Amino acid sequence: MAHMRRMAALAAIAASSALVLAACSDSGDTPSTPGATNTGDSSTPVELTWWHNAVAGDDGGNPLGDFWQKVADDYTALHPNVTFKIEQIQNEDLQRTRIPTALQAGDAPDIFQQWGGGELAAQVDAGYLMDLSEVDADAIAKLGGAVAPWQYQDKTYGIPFQFGVEGVWYRKSLFDQAGITAEPTTMDELNADVAKLKSANIIPIAVGAGDKWPAAHWWYNFALRSCSKDVLQGAGTSFDFSDPCWVQAGTDLQAFIDTDPFQPDFTSTAAQTGATSSAGLVATGKAAMELMGAWNPSVYAGFAEGDDAKAALSADLGWFPMPATASGQGDPSAALGGGDGFSCYVDAPPECADFLAYVASDEVQTAFAATGIGLPANPAGASAVTDPVLQELAAVNSSAAYVQLWLDTTFGPNVGGAMNDGIVGIFGGTTTPQGVVDGMTAAAATQ
Amino acid sequence: MTTMETSGMGRGPVGDTSSAGPRTVSPKVEAQRRADNRRKWSEIALFTGPALVLFLVFVVFPVASAMRYSLYKWNGVKKFSEAEFIGFENYARALWGGSDPATRQAFKTAYSQPFWDALGHNFLIIFLSMAIQLPLALIVALVLNRKFPGRSFVRVVIFAPYVISEVIAGVMWFIIFDPQGIATHFVEAIGLHPPEGGWFEDQTWGFWTVFFIVTWKYLGLAIILFLAGLSGVQQELQEAASIDGASWWQVQWRINVPLIGPTIRIWAFLSIIGSIQLFDMVWVLNRGGTTGQYATIASFMTQIGFFRHDVGFGSAIAVIMFVISLVVATAYMLTVLRRDNADADLSR
Repeated sequence: MAHMRRMAALAAIAASSALVLAACSDSGDTPSTPGATNTGDSSTPVELTWWHNAVAGDDGGNPLGDFWQKVADDYTALHPNVTFKIEQIQNEDLQRTRIPTALQAGDAPDIFQQWGGGELAAQVDAGYLMDLSEVDADAIAKLGGAVAPWQYQDKTYGIPFQFGVEGVWYRKSLFDQAGITAEPTTMDELNADVAKLKSANIIPIAVGAGDKWPAAHWWYNFALRSCSKDVLQGAGTSFDFSDPCWVQAGTDLQAFIDTDPFQPDFTSTAAQTGATSSAGLVATGKAAMELMGAWNPSVYAGFAEGDDAKAALSADLGWFPMPATASGQGDPSAALGGGDGFSCYVDAPPECADFLAYVASDEVQTAFAATGIGLPANPAGASAVTDPVLQELAAVNSSAAYVQLWLDTTFGPNVGGAMNDGIVGIFGGTTTPQGVVDGMTAAAATQ
Repeated sequence: MTTMETSGMGRGPVGDTSSAGPRTVSPKVEAQRRADNRRKWSEIALFTGPALVLFLVFVVFPVASAMRYSLYKWNGVKKFSEAEFIGFENYARALWGGSDPATRQAFKTAYSQPFWDALGHNFLIIFLSMAIQLPLALIVALVLNRKFPGRSFVRVVIFAPYVISEVIAGVMWFIIFDPQGIATHFVEAIGLHPPEGGWFEDQTWGFWTVFFIVTWKYLGLAIILFLAGLSGVQQELQEAASIDGASWWQVQWRINVPLIGPTIRIWAFLSIIGSIQLFDMVWVLNRGGTTGQYATIASFMTQIGFFRHDVGFGSAIAVIMFVISLVVATAYMLTVLRRDNADADLSR
């Protein structure tokens, strides 16, 4: 009797769970990659799914997104059997949620944004990425050193399309106003310039510490000066932060913050949004300098209205590499840099690798450089860079003793995140230089 | 739940007891009763089945998964089958720095300290909501509990913040409390100094600014609940007290407040659980602050679990949060709410 009741209840539960299961499995049956079993036959239709981070800006325009659409269309014109299904996803969602979830689910897009470094290594270890070393050998050879962040254990798993070093952007007119005649090459000279700008009532340096990473880049640059190349590059795989140079980077940063070079309320300041952001302060002439990557001229341009104003602002921008510190094991001509690239999912059709080689080709890279969005990863594209300041960056990129990838990208989200959280604590006065290294050591032990 | 109990009381147990009696039941009646029973259980299964399945899939399964993940070293990227089992190490790292003496100091500084700080913020908010929000909401409700022109309008205005989406409200206050925002200008205009480093970023003011916003957001709910409770208090009691010479305050304090006790206790329960799980507003306001000065346990969990990809540790924090909520809720049910529940049972 009781048994029968239970059976009836179970049957009803089973019926409703069957409904749920049916609803779930429905999407699973749909083939996401029709070309997955394709062997490269040019007559078989292939649709490549592609996730990138170029989304429309505040003004509704999306120059990079438009550029990728054109690249895809051009590739389809050359290979009529290949079509693209492009999805534009906001950077943070793409990197933190969409890609990890898609990879976990085994239903990843064929081509997706790849930032390189520690994150790429984790994806390779999990077996998610296609080895491009052989198929894209020609393209990789052309890219030279810029491809290093997309390599792991001597193999290439991603192809960068842009790569640039960072340095200090400044307003020439404000330097003139404060009586500064030459770009600083040492920290002492920078400190002297900071004092001159202050006495001229100009904010010397803007930093968007509210977004954490812009503040963290100051520490990275001090680490680049205090740590030797071996220590820096070894830490990317050993996660050993016992060398005193890591604490020294924080001590140097602390000493620099103590000279009060930044705008007031710097931990409340965003990097790029609004006139009170660090980029806004420089673009509107309230602050003289900002440490940033090669992308920043286009961010500044967003604050100027009209072509004339944009041109005037662009002409007033200068750039110098991070000055040398008085001591430390680092090479004073080493630079920090980073870029953006793409990877192919391990089960993607072979056309994916061919398409990435196309993205890195001289033709596409020259067209990319001509858009002025960023610096091309392929040196052949550099000739198409017209902006004189960006040309200077390209020159530093090739003349630097070595280019160290952004440290948060190098160490991956876990150690990199702990590092950035610690560094912003130095800015906020809640963390010591040793505290930053503690955070990195602890995070390294959890991975 | 209620339907199950009521129908159970009406038919099942009563029928069963009668069959134990000396009286013999005819086969026809027996068959009828069987059919009734079958029907009853199919109904229960039909109506609770789908809800039960959803509950299992979206509540029980995730909680069980989090408990499982919390015992592993897992970055959420590699396959879980390759993750390393580390027992209760994630919990130990959060609570006191972990079992490895070599890294204990590092974990204390970077994991344990922020964890306790965040938990401290949660409990401070619980304390403050009882010490500040409760009396404030009670006074406003008592004052508004009378007829005056524009009463409905005032009630709508008071309730409005609760209806606004957390994200919209958060962005709005973020702009108001910007170092160049209205709040700063207002404070300067009356001759005071706004907090150094900005309202949210100041190590002391950050927490209080967020508490102010949370109070603004949730006070309306408390007031509306109390007003609803007050409208259920019998007019005759208040009138009788007045005739006996009780002042307005005495009527409120001796009659109205005790009679809306159950409402106050339920509000306090919701408020405590809400404070433990406080996330949306804190996250919108720059993810708990750049140095975590007003981080809550939920924002700390998201920071580590999703942004640092340490799913194992993040899951351990989630489980700790779950246990705290469960213990607090059960304790509250068994102590404070016991009398209200007993009253409810009696009245049934």
